[in-house]
Amino acid sequence: MTHLAEPETAVPRWIALWPALMLGLFFLVPFGIMLSVSVAHRVEGGFFEPGFEWASYIRFLTPFFGRVLAVSLGISLAAAAICVVLAFPFTVFLASMSRSVQTRVLVVLLSVLSLSEVIIGFSLSTLLSQTAGIGNLFAAIGLIDAPRAYTPSLFALLTGLCYLGFPFAVLVLYAPVSRLDPEIVEAARVMGASAARAFFGVVVPLQRGALTGAFILVFVFTLGSYLLPQLLGRPGHWTLSVHITDQAIYQANLPFAAAMSVFLMLVALALVGLASLAGRDRGAA
Amino acid sequence: MTELRIEGLSKRFGTYLALDDVSITIPNGKFVCLLGPSGCGKTTLLRLIAGLETPSEGRILVGGTDLSAVPSHKRGMGMVFQSLALFPHLDVAENIAYPLAIRGTDRATRQATAARLLDLVKLPGMGGRRIHQLSGGQRQRVAIARGLAIDPKVFLLDEPLSALDAGLREHMQIELRQIQQSLGVTTVVVTHDQKEALTMADLVIVMKDGKVQQAGTPMEIYHAPANAFVADFIGNTNLMPCRWDGQAIEVLGHRLAPAEGDRIAAAPGLAQLSVRPEHVEIAAPGTGFAAEITFIRDLGESVHFVTRCGAQVITAQVAPGARPPFGVGDAVSLSFRPGKRVVLA
Repeated sequence: MTHLAEPETAVPRWIALWPALMLGLFFLVPFGIMLSVSVAHRVEGGFFEPGFEWASYIRFLTPFFGRVLAVSLGISLAAAAICVVLAFPFTVFLASMSRSVQTRVLVVLLSVLSLSEVIIGFSLSTLLSQTAGIGNLFAAIGLIDAPRAYTPSLFALLTGLCYLGFPFAVLVLYAPVSRLDPEIVEAARVMGASAARAFFGVVVPLQRGALTGAFILVFVFTLGSYLLPQLLGRPGHWTLSVHITDQAIYQANLPFAAAMSVFLMLVALALVGLASLAGRDRGAA
Repeated sequence: MTELRIEGLSKRFGTYLALDDVSITIPNGKFVCLLGPSGCGKTTLLRLIAGLETPSEGRILVGGTDLSAVPSHKRGMGMVFQSLALFPHLDVAENIAYPLAIRGTDRATRQATAARLLDLVKLPGMGGRRIHQLSGGQRQRVAIARGLAIDPKVFLLDEPLSALDAGLREHMQIELRQIQQSLGVTTVVVTHDQKEALTMADLVIVMKDGKVQQAGTPMEIYHAPANAFVADFIGNTNLMPCRWDGQAIEVLGHRLAPAEGDRIAAAPGLAQLSVRPEHVEIAAPGTGFAAEITFIRDLGESVHFVTRCGAQVITAQVAPGARPPFGVGDAVSLSFRPGKRVVLA
């Protein structure tokens, strides 16, 4: 026999054509349209007409939009970092609880995912407001002299983004953390490591891949948030997503909005690539 | 001297009593096997010694020092886990030197120790390998080397060879025993494999339901089991209900007078007679126990005749050279070799 049979798989190969077709139709085609719009010629006071010019991209290279990009990325990176730093110890703790407690906590976390950005945004802006917020509580127990508002502010914005991102971070971390062999930690302990040393020297390095995954997910997820920055942030905290919406809908400048979207996507892709490169497990080859 | 003493140790998990008032003394430099079926408390005992569990009652003393208030990471023990628990993010040498790194030992000493231990476990020059590049047997050796890195007071191993296939396991048993003898470290191994215990141990501690059934040398345990459970668990044996009246053993309708070497470890009354298959003699029908052969198992090294004597199944083992010319269904006569019969409570 000279002919090598193709390896048999449980699922026929052609089944992959279906998602490929759907991805092409609903992702690549719109992306192509966006690319072509980003180089189109803008008609002042009108819409745009087909063309090829770099005007929208060149406009992007101003200090103003450079700052907007930096703010956007900075806020998303901060939110991702805070979420992972909070979610990891939480998940490690969760994984050490009994099965039934774990299930209950996970159900609560999943139910948080059903809340829309709008509900979270308005709840937080009420909770942090001067008239009805926690400032009244602080004043009542004498922590501050008079009730004050904590929104809009960077703190309020990050709180909202972390509220959104935290369940995702936990869900990404949960499976690998709960699979961690408890004997690994015990081995470190018997060999002389304190609890903290075992955690940072063994558990964290072993979970580097999962931590990177959670970080990237929350980062990308919050990068697209455009409601919370307007509800909870000051204009200085407006992210690129907000400006894209502003340009596309209120300024009727679709080529510029498209150019910003393309740019945002490229920067995000570059960061995700960098992060996954840094998070790659040295042991897996 | 690092004698390991366990005094009245008990461990409860909720209402479940995993370990019930265990007291053992393990002399310095001895190799001890904790042997028993799963759930007998042997792993719990090992984890208590390592400080991974807190005793409900009792004390553990190493070299006369009470370890009750000493946390796990300050007990100075070496341990090999069932899953081996090697760190995949470190290479082989870093794994072995991990306990030294924790103690702030300098780099040169760490490397020298790792190299010395790799020689000891016959993996010279493998320090730079990653864990996932090693075979199961090599990982086993690395775990053993890591457990010995700090010259532990006590070396603990939890079913260390259970993941290896049979041939490699027997080889590692011998090697582990040789390493232990060359270092003279007090060693406690948990196992459910009686052959493993008999191969390696100076002292075998047979456990069941959280209690010590018998502690003794392998040959004491084999030839003079303290009770029917130990007799049955260590090696194969024929256990038959009998009555000991102080004069003779009544079994399967026969009265047997005890001979020189027979052990009577039961008060007069109902008891169990234990006779190992190699001490059952098989002959043409005669004055012995009338039985019928139901199965013949020829393992090459030995031949087992499974017979039925009334409702009692009795196995006789003979050397292949001395194989009697009987077949399945043949009527035979069995006798129990005098001096090799044990009456147990």
